[in-house]
Amino acid sequence: MLELKNISFGVTEDNAEKEIIRDISLTIPDRKMVVITGPNGGGKSTLARLIAGIEKPSSGRIFMDGEDITDMSVTDRAKKGIGYAFQQPVKFKGIQVFDLIRLASGKKIGVGDACTYLSAVGLCARDYINREVNSSLSGGELKRIEIATVLAKASSISVFDEPEAGIDLWSFQNLIEVFEGMRKTIKDSSILIISHQERILNIADEIVVIKAGRLAAQGTKEEVMPLLTGTDSAVPECKMGAVQREGE
Amino acid sequence: MIQLDEIQKRLLKEVADLHSVPEGAYNIRSNGQAVGRASTANIEIIPKENASGIDVKIKPGTKNESVHIPVVMTQSGIKELVYNDFYIGEGADVVIVAGCGIDNCGPKDSEHDGIHRFYVGKGAKIKYVEKHYGSGEGTGKRILNPGTEVYMEENSSMEMEMVQIKGVDDTERTTKAELAAGASLVVRERLMTHGDQRAISKYDVQMNGEGSSADVVSRSVAKNDSYQKFDAVLTGNAACSGHTECDAIIMDNGRILAVPGLEANDVDAALVHEAAIGKIAGDQIIKLMTLGLTEEEAEEQIINGFLK
Repeated sequence: MLELKNISFGVTEDNAEKEIIRDISLTIPDRKMVVITGPNGGGKSTLARLIAGIEKPSSGRIFMDGEDITDMSVTDRAKKGIGYAFQQPVKFKGIQVFDLIRLASGKKIGVGDACTYLSAVGLCARDYINREVNSSLSGGELKRIEIATVLAKASSISVFDEPEAGIDLWSFQNLIEVFEGMRKTIKDSSILIISHQERILNIADEIVVIKAGRLAAQGTKEEVMPLLTGTDSAVPECKMGAVQREGE
Repeated sequence: MIQLDEIQKRLLKEVADLHSVPEGAYNIRSNGQAVGRASTANIEIIPKENASGIDVKIKPGTKNESVHIPVVMTQSGIKELVYNDFYIGEGADVVIVAGCGIDNCGPKDSEHDGIHRFYVGKGAKIKYVEKHYGSGEGTGKRILNPGTEVYMEENSSMEMEMVQIKGVDDTERTTKAELAAGASLVVRERLMTHGDQRAISKYDVQMNGEGSSADVVSRSVAKNDSYQKFDAVLTGNAACSGHTECDAIIMDNGRILAVPGLEANDVDAALVHEAAIGKIAGDQIIKLMTLGLTEEEAEEQIINGFLK
């Protein structure tokens, strides 16, 4: 279980303090899939980075299974069981897909095991396993490999920042199956997804709306969805498919 | 049968992936003299009469054979200059593995300057691997100054892999190549310097024949207080294509100077250079940290991948 207590986060811009997250308290219970939505620039990605430890809150505390992890490094949080899929996957020179999945799993896995993760994200494993994680791969391919690393890491809480961005419609159902598979195979695990996508909101146990750095609404999808329909916080898939194709 | 001690064996493993005496033609040089040599029916190794070094003669049409000519130095204070000439017959297809390992435990500098000249016959295909390695706790420097000259006849091809990852204090590498029509040269250099090491690598590639091509790519890492200079000049004197690239990572107080140079003397010469120097991207380190690696482990993985 992950608990955020009175989290605030600000940056200094042009000598002025700018608050990005304002006093957010939130609990992600075990075995739940929570989706965070809300307008762009509202602070959703910052919240994900605060959970992963990439940013440190200016005030408030973060607890994982009762332990205060606010001052823990990114590495220690990862070891404790936090997974994080980047919105913009990172490219490397020379590091191959297999290397990245092996590092993610934290074990000496074989090529066969690594291929299972790639197949789960809809990539034909043998075509990718020895590829370098560099710009020779399309945006969609990189995104799926990014998701495969989080899958391989098998964390007790996995955070996905806009996992559907750049992924084509064909693999959309696949993506949802990945999340459902994770819930089944990783015991007591919970998943936190940042998304505007209606289909992802539809599979959430709980929806959280963040607006202008504040928690604007929180509840089951039945409670929250009526507030969102027709806004940018719940985009139907056809609208998304029209503007985003793989590799773009 | 030649006898090698443990340090010599370790150096041979580092520079030539050799665990014992190689198969095929070889010449092993240790502490200033040849300690083992073998020729085959197609590859003849002859010691030079008037100078230090060897002539390696590869018969036309020789296929799937290899030549190993490693050098190891384990005594402090040796300084040597060696000339090795390779005559590669028409249509031959061979692998040549050179390399020099220096273990210097003493106070005096150890230096090996090897001049390698390749005369590559028409249509011949060569893969050349040269690794440098230094070890030993002594205060004496480990110095390597390789000079390579490549003369390529029509439609020949050569792939050179130059690797220097550890322990060489001072190195100045010069590589010159002349390419006839249809000849193709590919160079892959991988370099890592640390401590207060200094490494200079210069290329002068002359593409003289129509349809010749050269691709010179260096990937390097400069750590601590080390210094590197990459100076690659490609000259196109005919319809040809040339590409040179320096991709470098700097860490700590490392310094790198990249000087790519292109000279086109023919309207159909197409020449490209790329150079990029910078520290490891912060998001690369963070990504690996989110997978549970420490910052140091992340850097190590990134550099290992980069130099792979």
